[in-house]
Amino acid sequence: MSYNNKSIKELHELLVNKEISALELTKATLSDISAREPQIDAFLKITEEKALQDAAAIDARGINPDVVTDGISIAVKDNIVTEGIETTAASKILGGWIPPYNATVANKLSESGLITIGKLNMDEFAMGGSGENSSVKPTKNAWDQTKVPGGSSSGSAASVASGQVRLSLGSDTGGSIRQPAAFNGIVGLKPTYGRVSRFGLIAFASSLDQIGPLAPTVEENAQLLNVISGFDKNDSTSSNVAVPDFTSKIGQDIKGMKIALPKEYFGEGIDEKVKEQILAAAKHLEKLGAIVEEVSLPHSKYGVAVYYIIASSEASSNLQRFDGIRYGYRAQDIKNLEDLYVKSRSEGFGPEVQRRIMLGTFSLSAGSYDKHFKKAGQVRTLIINDFAKVFEKYDLILGPTTPTPAWDLGARVDDPLSMYLADLLTIPVNLAGLPGISIPAGFADGLPVGMQLIGKRYDEETIYKVAAAFEATTDFHKKQPIIFGK
Amino acid sequence: MNFETVIGLEVHVELSTNSKIFSPASTKFGGDPNTNTNVIDWSLPGVLPVMNKGVIDSGIKAALALNMDIHKSMHFDRKNYFYPDNPKAYQISQFDEPIGYNGSIEIELEDGHKATIRIERAHLEEDAGKNTHGTDGYSYVDLNRQGVPLIEIVSEADMRTPEEAYAYLTALKEAILYTGISDVKMEEGSMRCDANVSLRPYGQEAFGVKTEVKNMNSFSNVKKALDFEVDRQAKILRAGGEIRQETRRFNDKTGETILMRVKEGASDYRYFPEPDVPRFEISEEWVEQMRESLPMTAKARRAHYINDLALSDYDARQLTATKEVSDFFDQAIKFDTDPKLVSNWLQGEVAQYLNSEKKELHEIGLTPENLTEMIRLISDGTISSKIAKKVFIELAKNGGSAEEFVKKAGLVQISDPAVLLPIIHDVFAKNEQSVADYRGGKQNAAKALVGQLMKATKGQANPTVAQKLLYQELDNF
Repeated sequence: MSYNNKSIKELHELLVNKEISALELTKATLSDISAREPQIDAFLKITEEKALQDAAAIDARGINPDVVTDGISIAVKDNIVTEGIETTAASKILGGWIPPYNATVANKLSESGLITIGKLNMDEFAMGGSGENSSVKPTKNAWDQTKVPGGSSSGSAASVASGQVRLSLGSDTGGSIRQPAAFNGIVGLKPTYGRVSRFGLIAFASSLDQIGPLAPTVEENAQLLNVISGFDKNDSTSSNVAVPDFTSKIGQDIKGMKIALPKEYFGEGIDEKVKEQILAAAKHLEKLGAIVEEVSLPHSKYGVAVYYIIASSEASSNLQRFDGIRYGYRAQDIKNLEDLYVKSRSEGFGPEVQRRIMLGTFSLSAGSYDKHFKKAGQVRTLIINDFAKVFEKYDLILGPTTPTPAWDLGARVDDPLSMYLADLLTIPVNLAGLPGISIPAGFADGLPVGMQLIGKRYDEETIYKVAAAFEATTDFHKKQPIIFGK
Repeated sequence: MNFETVIGLEVHVELSTNSKIFSPASTKFGGDPNTNTNVIDWSLPGVLPVMNKGVIDSGIKAALALNMDIHKSMHFDRKNYFYPDNPKAYQISQFDEPIGYNGSIEIELEDGHKATIRIERAHLEEDAGKNTHGTDGYSYVDLNRQGVPLIEIVSEADMRTPEEAYAYLTALKEAILYTGISDVKMEEGSMRCDANVSLRPYGQEAFGVKTEVKNMNSFSNVKKALDFEVDRQAKILRAGGEIRQETRRFNDKTGETILMRVKEGASDYRYFPEPDVPRFEISEEWVEQMRESLPMTAKARRAHYINDLALSDYDARQLTATKEVSDFFDQAIKFDTDPKLVSNWLQGEVAQYLNSEKKELHEIGLTPENLTEMIRLISDGTISSKIAKKVFIELAKNGGSAEEFVKKAGLVQISDPAVLLPIIHDVFAKNEQSVADYRGGKQNAAKALVGQLMKATKGQANPTVAQKLLYQELDNF
């Protein structure tokens, strides 16, 4: 029997009332995975044995009725370090690496009784927007297995959308949670920069990376954010701002809330059908009592350019530690130290990662730093100021999550630039360190369309409130891909 | 043609914090390879640096001691380069906002010549690990030193002779030592120095092409290396040659500098702001707190010793040669002991003992308390100076109270005539010839009798009292 259609709250009741044990639930989840995974390829590793042990241990001590996530399974993106479980960020260069420590979020998951059931596929080192940059295999879209699932948290979105797990963790540097959530018709949130500890997240771009939750519904997403948030002494960029109960405003009236619609998010390059769905969604919120007005974010058009300089520069430095000396892949038959570095890295990194390392190395080099890296930092400030200005008058910003729905597998692999543009609408949010969510808001040619809601710093509560109001009065989240009910 | 020498020094000082600059691992020196390391020092995927605030405290103290301005808003940068002892392949350092800038220090040469050397900057950074190349064909990496905090102090090219460079290092060492942030020992690597040296014709403003000299492990080697390099460059220039910009290493066996590598343009370290370590705001209160916590400088202590304690200039210099001795002295004189006596002991017996045992003051049992206690026992006649030497060795070896040891070992001086007289008579009885010689006019014969008396009392007879009694008995015949 499958429980994949039950919410966390419903599962919690079953567990508390002993209508099902954690072990039974875990077994059911494992069978959901094995029934769907061959078509989806969302997982790099399924940690069946450990999951069953953890579940049995939870049953032995008894379900905590106050912890809604106790005994529920979760899957984790493979750039999140898990002690004793191979962690590779889907890269050949980390093949076989068994971490001796846990990411802070991994500890938080087990402290909340969540059972990690496996590690999820992704674009190598979180670089990519289609999932096709995994060194292992491409993950498939839950709605149409000939389409890309989006990326880089490809497995995180596809595993939840296809009914394999109820919850997953992803990471978002330029849209890597929100874009695949949109492509798969689920709820994905990038928290405020500093909300969730990055300790144990394999760094891509340190000033942009943030771990976040993916789930089928707004409430479940908020429940998972409750688990992973908070200051961490091991991450100096994590904030000690108080962590509220992110579900507390769910169900509240949104009458009078002011929502901004940036005209740049509906301009050139945005698919007409996507535009239509999102404008309809905005109208729907108006009907619920929100005040929706057009605004301008004039510098958002520079977002992609700024992002590819800053993110690649930081990445070029962050990825230098993969040198074949201490861990991971080491090339054979080397002549000298330089040869060891060059060969290990040339053989260990995939083409997209190498492209970004070169781009970043160039941007930081003498003679280029002022023109590229420094200039990009200045434009980033302008983008931050654009948002700040809008948030003086508005509670939220609304737009599409992606310019188009999911495309065919393989369609853009030879055109990195078109791939980069898929993050056009999500990137500025990372540059400004703001929280943003993608929720299901319609369909275009049978594929899900995501609506993005962007909030003020540390105001995820308002995002969840409006997202939940939309969800409660629409049916988009109730539609499931065929594979879900398999 | 005569040339003017231009020298600038880059000095790395290890800060003696308990834990590393960006990880909680111990900074202890000398452990087995890779024992003082953790996942951060190994730069495993996913780890993050967390600033040890004690390092910033030290940085502020150094900046204050070197009369520097402090960047009140300060950040760290990444310096990118590949090397096996550099596990992140970047070093976290400070590029454009060093904690201290625009400083200076006074130097004084042996001949009394004085100068002010400007200090361009002082920045905080992490040390690298250590590579060793085995005879088995493998190279080994030890990351114990990885992440040990350093402050790099860069002088302006203000020195004009190797002697000035030597005096600069001496003054710099003293200034840092007295802040208490480092033990500044060049021999043990907690102070390291690279020298930049160039020549130019007198009167020319532009600097000549410089060479960088490395691998000098003492101040005198720095001077020797500079002497050699000045000579080498002058010969090349006089012969019409050109100096190549290069890095040279000093060989202390030959006293020569040897080519290490030629610099082909500036290295590109692709510095950029470290995104994992947020900017630090250093408040005025923080700086003031550090200023107040700074111990007295060596210079101020010397003035105090000379003016208030009536010690000689020589004594004052000896006592301030290390902060440890000076601190010990300051504590000892708090027990109302004659400063001159304490000073004599520290420069005499104590220094000799440390020298022969190759130890430092804190490694032996002597304390300001028991040293002054012993000095009091000498002053009040309880023990003789001779016995005191014995007591000192005991205190140095095993510590404890001087008075208790003297009592327990029965070393109290015998000054009581009632005790001494029978012993004197006994000595006379056993040395009748000497007594007869003295009485026969041989004055020297008494000395042998004094010697016998001291021997009979195991040296415990109060020499003044005993001699007086002995002569009295000899003459009272």
